[in-house]
Amino acid sequence: MSLAATRVRYVLKRLIQSIPVVVAILVINFFLLHMAEGDAADVLAGEAGSATPEYMEQLRQKFGLDKPLPVQLAIYLKNVLSFDLGYSFRHDMPVIDLVMDRFVPTLLLMVSTILIAVGLGIVLGLIAASGLNTWRDNLISVFALITYATPLFWIGLMMIVVFSLKLGWFPTSGMENVAAFYEGWDRVKDIAHHLVMPTVTLSLFYLALYTRLMRASMLEQAGMDYVITARAKGLTERRIVFVHILRNALLPVVTMAGVQVGALIGGSVIVESVFAWPGLGMLAYEALFARDLNLLLGIFLLCALLVVAINLVVDVIYSFLDPRIEVG
Amino acid sequence: MEFWRLYRRNRSAVFGLIILLVVFVLASSAAIFFPDDPFSLAGKPMSAPGENGFLLGSDTLGRDVASGIAHGARTSLMIGGLATAVAVLLGVMFGGLAGYFGGWIDDVLMRVTEIFQTIPSFIFAILIVAIIKPSINSIIIAIAVVSWPAVARLVRGEFISLRNREFVQACHIVGMGDVRIMLREILPNCLSPIIVAGSLMVATAILIESGLSFLGLGDPNIISWGFQIGAGRTVLRSAWWVCTFPGIAILLTVLAINLVGEGLNDALNPRLRDHR
Repeated sequence: MSLAATRVRYVLKRLIQSIPVVVAILVINFFLLHMAEGDAADVLAGEAGSATPEYMEQLRQKFGLDKPLPVQLAIYLKNVLSFDLGYSFRHDMPVIDLVMDRFVPTLLLMVSTILIAVGLGIVLGLIAASGLNTWRDNLISVFALITYATPLFWIGLMMIVVFSLKLGWFPTSGMENVAAFYEGWDRVKDIAHHLVMPTVTLSLFYLALYTRLMRASMLEQAGMDYVITARAKGLTERRIVFVHILRNALLPVVTMAGVQVGALIGGSVIVESVFAWPGLGMLAYEALFARDLNLLLGIFLLCALLVVAINLVVDVIYSFLDPRIEVG
Repeated sequence: MEFWRLYRRNRSAVFGLIILLVVFVLASSAAIFFPDDPFSLAGKPMSAPGENGFLLGSDTLGRDVASGIAHGARTSLMIGGLATAVAVLLGVMFGGLAGYFGGWIDDVLMRVTEIFQTIPSFIFAILIVAIIKPSINSIIIAIAVVSWPAVARLVRGEFISLRNREFVQACHIVGMGDVRIMLREILPNCLSPIIVAGSLMVATAILIESGLSFLGLGDPNIISWGFQIGAGRTVLRSAWWVCTFPGIAILLTVLAINLVGEGLNDALNPRLRDHR
């Protein structure tokens, strides 16, 4: 079989493998959320100040909360298959609309963060490792160590103090200046202006992570026998680093990039709550405290699909980078 | 002491060890220097550092920031250490077995890992803590549950690329058992990435704990640095010290742990040693 056909088969196989994962996640989340004390009816009744048992019963009936658990789960699974993620009691809107509405800001934040963190991290790690123990290595390592050690919310708060309150360069919160009614390029520029601080905050931590990992990985590979062989047969140092070591050293970084996507969504909860960025992370945070089960499940499903898809891509890239990994 | 001789060569690692020891001393002597409950109202609210007998100022309710930092050190170290120990143990077990045996064992273990990984970890941690009720135990469980898949993936990747190497094939030929090959032959060869990942993970655990308590999900009976920052957030403009000092405490502790981890890596990694 040709290499391309093997590749396609591998991708298909991985796609099919991920279906049970998504179903398992749905089931886990459903039961986990049901373990929590109090349901949406309690919350709504609590907000109204007082509620008769009859009214509570009525609310539960309206949302299907009075049915047995397996029935609720079956209904939920059936609905998800028809792209119906249920109804958010709190926002009085279909969950799919709410989630899609908040998905774009989070995606914007994540893509800009990944580009900066992975790209710059690989470059910085490479520079640090190729000049081992020089001032460049030390400077990059000190920078990486300090940013890695700083909590995201604290960087965010300090950046607000310095760049928003003292210097007035960037807005403290939100995604755009709604009152200004910008259109076209002005709106793009306005959003980009608001995006700077959340992106820098979120990417600093991951930048440090990838820099450290890349440096450690480069050094690990530099001690391998194949490097000595390459040097012995007279290859230039530049060729050894960029062709031989770099390709092997990228493996752990690629693995980590896939692993970190789930964590990145988590990190955006913190960053979004500090900067009031109207994304999925902030929605999840609001939903948890409102005990809005359907909404939380919708967010989890979307994030889960995203991570499964990205892991698939990472596995395919991995198999290209390291032929020793059996594709079969 | 061959190990100490090698460790000592990395000056920043020695520096990190000193900071870490200071944090340990601070944590263990908190009850001596600050005998009062860190939640108690110690004096005039919103005192600046140095005013009214407060070394690092007081917060909106008149709680002593310095006392909170000293008592919070214990919380951070304990949660970071315990959660990481649980996570690394789980990760090496899952990743090692999956990578070494491959086949259906790999499939099953990686499906489980993938499920845990796919759930966005910080939201998952929030969820676990909220469901079990915020306490030291639920925070440790939550951090361990969300941390181990990263180790498992890393270890599995290393095991897969090592299991077809000549030295492992040689072990098979001389009739060595699977457990022995895994623990004695393959595991030592991927210890350095595990140590690097582990050192990053203690730091991550402390950061997750501070994030959880920043959002108000810390143990309500135990002071922590994240809680202090969360409480000071609203008065950022008028009382900067409430947020700033606990943040510096987190930074220094996490930094120290990372430096120690790097020093361990240098001292334990024979290949890097030869390279120098």
